[in-house]
Amino acid sequence: MGMTMSQKILAKHAGLPEVREGQLIRAKLDMVLANDITGPVAINEFNKAGFDSVFDTHRISLVMDHFAPNKDIKAATQCKQCRDFAGKYDIVNFYDAGDMGVEHALLPEKGLIAPGELCIGADSHTCTYGALGAFSTGVGSTDMAAGMATGEAWFKVPAAIRFNLHGKLKKYVTGKDVILHIIGMIGVDGALYKSMEFGGDGLSSLTVDDRLCMANMAIEAGAKNGIFEVDEQTLAYVKERVDRDFEVFAPDPDAVYSETYEINLDEIEQTVAFPHLPENTRTAADWGEVKIDQAVIGSCTNGRISDMRAAAAILKGNHVAKGVRCIVIPATQKIYLQCIQEGLAEIFINAGCVFSTPTCGPCLGGHMGILAAGEKAVSTTNRNFVGRMGHVDSEVYLASPIVAAASAIAGKITGYNG
Amino acid sequence: MNAHGTVHKYGDNVDTDVIIPARYLNTADHKELASHCMEDIDKDFVSKVKAGDIMVGEANFGCGSSREHAPIAIKESGISCVIAATFARIFYRNSINIGLPILECPEAAKEIKAGDEVDVDFDSGKITDVTTGKTYTAEPFPEFIKEIINAGGLLKSLRQ
Repeated sequence: MGMTMSQKILAKHAGLPEVREGQLIRAKLDMVLANDITGPVAINEFNKAGFDSVFDTHRISLVMDHFAPNKDIKAATQCKQCRDFAGKYDIVNFYDAGDMGVEHALLPEKGLIAPGELCIGADSHTCTYGALGAFSTGVGSTDMAAGMATGEAWFKVPAAIRFNLHGKLKKYVTGKDVILHIIGMIGVDGALYKSMEFGGDGLSSLTVDDRLCMANMAIEAGAKNGIFEVDEQTLAYVKERVDRDFEVFAPDPDAVYSETYEINLDEIEQTVAFPHLPENTRTAADWGEVKIDQAVIGSCTNGRISDMRAAAAILKGNHVAKGVRCIVIPATQKIYLQCIQEGLAEIFINAGCVFSTPTCGPCLGGHMGILAAGEKAVSTTNRNFVGRMGHVDSEVYLASPIVAAASAIAGKITGYNG
Repeated sequence: MNAHGTVHKYGDNVDTDVIIPARYLNTADHKELASHCMEDIDKDFVSKVKAGDIMVGEANFGCGSSREHAPIAIKESGISCVIAATFARIFYRNSINIGLPILECPEAAKEIKAGDEVDVDFDSGKITDVTTGKTYTAEPFPEFIKEIINAGGLLKSLRQ
């Protein structure tokens, strides 16, 4: 009986010839991540347990992105705690305001993740790195603390759902629409405890940015991880950024899946998830008239340069509708600089957008765009739970940067077809 | 090991944003987190909850973010056990790792009502609704997880 891609990576890191679904294992970690929210809890646990060294100063990442640049005194205190810890233990990959970015855009960009590696992060969207063929999953702060100290974590080996992708996306339809479509199809617990494994002849038509966006939202279907087969595009992306050896894993031909879905990319339409769950997906015919107060374009889901370019192409020469705030947040400093160099920053500002330094900010109702009672936002982020972006009586509609930009101009949720 | 208390009941997909809204994550102080527990779906929870009480949810309890602040807030508020039909996996892990006992039991999650008195035996997985007299059986913890919980959490078990 063969193994899935995730099972093969877990077996390798557990030093076992094979693993089976449900097996409890301890595995060696290649990267351990936390941010300014989850880091302090991990550091407190690390100290309380009496650890006095970390397993590897190069394999820990601390990214100050959620409430940074510090939104208030308490946030400043949390960042300071992370900064002091990073200084004390010589953590190489400590990213502070000025060189930080939204963690799940930053780590792949910096070459900190390679195919076949095993990563845990005290942030649920750590599953993003599966786009590069790594096994990567979100954990809590205690796991992070144990990971920093020992370089290991416990795992229950997951079953997998296989998604065979076919064909090619229509113009103006993106990876965001594909993953929203899939979550709408299987539900917010449709992949609970499982891997979502993506492959098939349609894979080559998806860019690495599309895949990062899709893997990012695997958690919104309850998945332990999302993982993509590695192809030439993956290798081209990684070779530009990673200068260490890595191993590419493919699923066994006789791997066993709990379910298999065939996804025809040609049939997917621009999709919006209505409040208050990512599974409440609708295509244009069912959107009705939803007036918006805010549009957010950014985040670990859709703050990459291709997202910025897609939004700018639509906003160019247009202006955000009266009464709408459009907040554009490139996910990393590199992307921010690219936006300036490519003239995108100018397009955004001329269109009446806020153009911000990288931060998770509004995605989780932190800062930089909180909603009042009764307000509605279209957002390229990943969650639309009750109160996610502000007041409990506000609403978030999840969409691609193309739909968000078109909606910002129209003042209501709107598709775009050229 | 046993838990016994009054039930606080919730539905499907109770997410970590309602268990502890992100606007309060600028602190890691357990008591402060607990003072906002469940605020966005049940603003009276904090004033009603008593030490030892039991929380019951339905499917996909604890979905969303990985914030350990969520099980911390629940545990610190006095809740001795969470029962649900299913749990989101990071919440499940986090609860085990911090020593908050949680049990999956779809039947109990469906039938137990708010205000019921419930008794839980963790060794056998037996859940008794003292109010209705009905009993349910949840899958008991595997040995590996029992060791973590008995040690008082993951880090204490690692230090042993």
